[in-house]
Amino acid sequence: MSVLVLAELDGEVLSPATARIVAAATQLGPVDLLVSGPQAVAESASGLSGVARVILAPATALAEGMVDLLASLAPGYDYLVASASTTGKDVMPRLAARLDIQPVTDIVAIEGPNRFTRPIYAGNALETVTDGQARHVLTFRASAFRPAAGGNAAPIETREATIASAARFIAAHRTESDIPDLATAQIVVGGGVSVGSAEGFRLIEALGKSLGAAIGATRAAVDAGYAPNDWQVGQTGKIIAPDLYIAIGISGALQHLAGIQGAKKIVAINTDAEAPIVKIADVALIGDLFEIVPQLTAELEKAGLKR
Amino acid sequence: MKILVAVKRVVDHNVRIRVRPDGSGVETNGVRMSMNPFCKHAVEAAVQLAEAGKADEIVVVSIGPKASNDVILTALAMGAHRGILIETDAALETLAIAKLLAKVVDEEQPDLVLLGKQAVDDDSNHVGQMLAALTDRPQATFASEIKLNGSELEVTREVDYGRETIGLPLPAIITADLRLNTPRNAALPMVMKARSKPLAVRPAAELGIDLAPRLVVENVSPPPERVAGRTVASVSELAAIIVADVNEMEAI
Ligand SMILES: Cc1cc2nc3c(=O)[nH]c(=O)nc-3n(C[C@H](O)[C@H](O)[C@H](O)COP(=O)(O)OP(=O)(O)OC[C@H]3O[C@@H](n4cnc5c(N)ncnc54)[C@H](O)[C@@H]3O)c2cc1C
Repeated sequence: MSVLVLAELDGEVLSPATARIVAAATQLGPVDLLVSGPQAVAESASGLSGVARVILAPATALAEGMVDLLASLAPGYDYLVASASTTGKDVMPRLAARLDIQPVTDIVAIEGPNRFTRPIYAGNALETVTDGQARHVLTFRASAFRPAAGGNAAPIETREATIASAARFIAAHRTESDIPDLATAQIVVGGGVSVGSAEGFRLIEALGKSLGAAIGATRAAVDAGYAPNDWQVGQTGKIIAPDLYIAIGISGALQHLAGIQGAKKIVAINTDAEAPIVKIADVALIGDLFEIVPQLTAELEKAGLKR
Repeated sequence: MKILVAVKRVVDHNVRIRVRPDGSGVETNGVRMSMNPFCKHAVEAAVQLAEAGKADEIVVVSIGPKASNDVILTALAMGAHRGILIETDAALETLAIAKLLAKVVDEEQPDLVLLGKQAVDDDSNHVGQMLAALTDRPQATFASEIKLNGSELEVTREVDYGRETIGLPLPAIITADLRLNTPRNAALPMVMKARSKPLAVRPAAELGIDLAPRLVVENVSPPPERVAGRTVASVSELAAIIVADVNEMEAI
């Protein structure tokens, strides 16, 4: 049972999600990894434990070209797999329809060679399905799986391909930052609309920095322009599963909770003891974020966490 | 330009759903239903293009039981011109939905198809992409901005690293994200007027497409429940807990 995994790039480097998708996919069979991008990414991909072979193909920015590439490789594989990221979501359903396959996406648990569990209704239910099709098109939620180790040196094969697309790439508007990747971070500090402004989010960022954490935001905070859209956590934003999530001035609407169900521990800071997030938090502190957050940051810095 | 918009009737997004005790699915009997929020953004985008003089006809299509007439009427009240209901009581998979829509696209020949990026019930996020494959059209998913420049659509998409802009030649497929626009609430006169707009009802079986499911749903279960922990009284107490947690964390 052979598996082709689509490697994910984060700019010019391999995204941290790929190691997790590879580790999950090795449960299904030997893994070939397709890198559509620079040679250097193929080299770091070849180091992932569980990878039998890296296939290096020309870079494509758009779904159509990527689907052509995957469709040309598909006959050799039982499983075609990607991360349930914006790229995986863009590409895999299109590939599936082209191959006349019903895909199974956003998988959080592999129950067997063709049995998978995925969340529905914003994570308020979990559905287990059996996929009896001859070939499987799947996406995995990266945060639900542990990353593969390094130390491998899989062979890299180059594949010539001409990539065409009716759509054309015009521009990338990348949010530049040196904070950890939100989708795979071990600690996340999230802010809600009550943070009040983009400047207010600096308080959240400063707290995050003291913990080496990634920064998240609610949809309301993003809509208000206080945080970039790629910080949005929730049903329609990023799904995170950190060891620790600190929710600051966040009410805990079900669409937001959908994004943090995998969090091991939730800390809530809120003026309202009745807020839904306080009702599910492991630890809550009731009070004004503008007083609490600077004090907390100072105390954590004093404690000198080594991360 | 002619626009086709696909809309889905789903459990209202404000309803807290209940999983049936026998694991057969989610309770939908007696539950408030409404138009999938993302589909509403798609309808609004089409209506805005029409209001800007860039589209002359908006056809809205829904696939589902007879009651899906509701959501078609909502779209007609928002400003769509006519509706099509592909009627079926079966719970269809996304591939079957995309195939039915491809048939409608084949008949209607729209220049642009707008859909919501995902439905809040199955959370699949498949149909637009599948329809694009089946009709061999370029796609732009997660759209938060659409501009028409001559015969090219300039679409800004919300992606994991931020945003990106792509150009799509027509005919094309776009799926709507939440920040695309603010959907209007149709005023009462528009709601009344919607009832007199044409609405064709066609049994799904009539379209000659194999609708048999490919997957077997074995079980639906509620997620593990979270219960409230403790409330601490001071910042120092919270800081001490966080420090202890972080020191215990195993580095990945
Ligand atoms: C289809 C759909 C999809 C959605 N997807 C998402 C999603 O992916 N992610 C998401 O987050 N939301 C999503 N939403 C929106 C969601 O329903 C909520 O509206 C949103 O999460 C609320 O954000 P918030 O907690 O910042 O704001 P609010 O709900 O307004 O809560 C503000 C909180 O801050 C507290 N507060 C106020 N002042 C202070 C203070 N000084 N100090 C401390 N606490 C304070 C209040 O007590 C309150 O609990 C979606 C909605 C829809 C309809």
